[in-house]
Amino acid sequence: MPVARRPLMKRVLIHLGLLPFLIFALFPFYHMTLTSLKKDRELYDRHAVPLIIRQGPTLEHYSKLLWETEFLTWTKNSLMVTILATGISVVIGTVAAYALARLRFVGVSSFGTGIFVTYLVPTSLLFLPLAQVVNWLGLADSKWALILTYPTFLVPFCTWLLMGYFRTVPKEVEECAMVDGATRIQALWRIVLPIAIPGLVCAVLFAFTLSWNEFIYALTFTSSSEQLTASVGVTSELIRGDIYFWGSLMAGAILGSVPIVILYVFFLDYYVSGLTAGAIK
Amino acid sequence: MAAVRADEIPVPRGRPRPVARLRTWLDRESVLGPVLVTPAMLLLVLLVAYPFVMALYFSLSNAFIGRPSHFIGIRNFVHLWDSDAFRQTFQNAFVFTGIAVAFKLVMGISLALLLNEQLWFKRMIRGAVLLPWVIPTALSTLGWWWMFNSLYSVVNWTGIALGIMDPPGPNWLGQKYYAMAAVVTVNVWRGLPFFAITILAALVAIPRELYEAAEADGANANARFWHITLPLLKPVLAVVVLFSTIFTFSDFNIVYILTHGGPINSTHLFATLSRMLGLEVGRIGEGAAVSLYLFPLLAFVVWAQLRFVRKQAY
Repeated sequence: MPVARRPLMKRVLIHLGLLPFLIFALFPFYHMTLTSLKKDRELYDRHAVPLIIRQGPTLEHYSKLLWETEFLTWTKNSLMVTILATGISVVIGTVAAYALARLRFVGVSSFGTGIFVTYLVPTSLLFLPLAQVVNWLGLADSKWALILTYPTFLVPFCTWLLMGYFRTVPKEVEECAMVDGATRIQALWRIVLPIAIPGLVCAVLFAFTLSWNEFIYALTFTSSSEQLTASVGVTSELIRGDIYFWGSLMAGAILGSVPIVILYVFFLDYYVSGLTAGAIK
Repeated sequence: MAAVRADEIPVPRGRPRPVARLRTWLDRESVLGPVLVTPAMLLLVLLVAYPFVMALYFSLSNAFIGRPSHFIGIRNFVHLWDSDAFRQTFQNAFVFTGIAVAFKLVMGISLALLLNEQLWFKRMIRGAVLLPWVIPTALSTLGWWWMFNSLYSVVNWTGIALGIMDPPGPNWLGQKYYAMAAVVTVNVWRGLPFFAITILAALVAIPRELYEAAEADGANANARFWHITLPLLKPVLAVVVLFSTIFTFSDFNIVYILTHGGPINSTHLFATLSRMLGLEVGRIGEGAAVSLYLFPLLAFVVWAQLRFVRKQAY
């Protein structure tokens, strides 16, 4: 049946075309995992095949990472900074987004433009003067500096994202509630927010991901080991001089990504919709 | 009834209780609006606008870590143009951004077209494609660093095994052009999902009837792509390219981890050079001047975005 076989043929070809892209996307993770599980003897044997484990896997790099470095402290710091910065930013962003989407007042449109502009400002433009501000506030070398500064990129992002969601909530629903005597705040809290829950989930996920992945501020504002976040701790503390502990380094890179991977597996569709809604950085 | 009225005498007539009064006052749009945006506005003024002004001041001063600074005009900028490191960085920034964005665009369109077809395991494939974008860049770049290692590079091992490279293969991070190729590769790897997924969303939105009508008129797949798909994708492509340009131009993580700007400044970008001069050397003034070179492009992108995005939003 040639008619039925041709679409199948095409489908197979499409998948073959996707293969190089999938290898490109996934190979680094495969190789990192493999490296973290290999024994040192095999890892540094230049004649061994690097693509497989021949001499049996080992967890020694992981145990070294967990018990002989500050990795658990860095993870705890990352969690604390991320959760607080996300919470603060989503709240500030939500109320600002509601005002921008719904209320008419003096300066609303220029404020909207301001939010959009700061949404585009890259962190690498401001880290030098912000380091000075952090010093003045007495927050030098403290994770609290991160909780203070992360909202500078999270709030514009959440505001922009949520504004879009709030606009999709029909005005009539809210007006109905206000005719029944509710104030605007009550209408926001009881009517609009429940409808906009998918948007809020999206904002929380992206804010969490952005602050977990943030690097340049964390690298600049913190330096002592007990204040570092996971990505800075792994990249700066596990590398000593010219001797690299590649196994533990890769183990750190993998474990440091675990919280994001967990969220990602459960909320993949939100990531896709948030990305296309204009979630960029 | 009369007794109740007597109780109310201290309260001026016609005015509700203070709490209720505050409530109605707050409920006015002209009051509630500014109240709701105040926290965000304070944050942005104090921690974005003010530091930006500080950066401007620093760039015009001889600020040095732990020393009082003086206004020196545009001497930092002049001085930068005399330095080889800066001129090299300036060139790198455009080469890096131009090549990386071009690759991401072409590969992103191809990948989106493939993802738009009937697929087995659709969700899983999308999940795999998006993965490099969600994993912390600093950490995944460590993986690439290991893959480009001068002694144990798996890239070289594979290339030699396939007969594409002569042993021992290039020293990726130690040679000028290879180092640039390496940082571009990692940037493309990490930015491709954003292009592919966003373009895919735009592809899905193109009405099927257009293709059916074109097919009825005898247009082949090639013609359909150039005359229907591409023109309809144009607005999305413009937005994606603009966004990506600013974030590629201001990239820090990949270069900082892979090459630290080397060898001999051949991969430095504005962000990494700015950090090196400002914090590692301690010349905050010069560091700030370098980072301000990001500003003209940022301003252009903002202007262009406001024209495209604003039109859709309002």
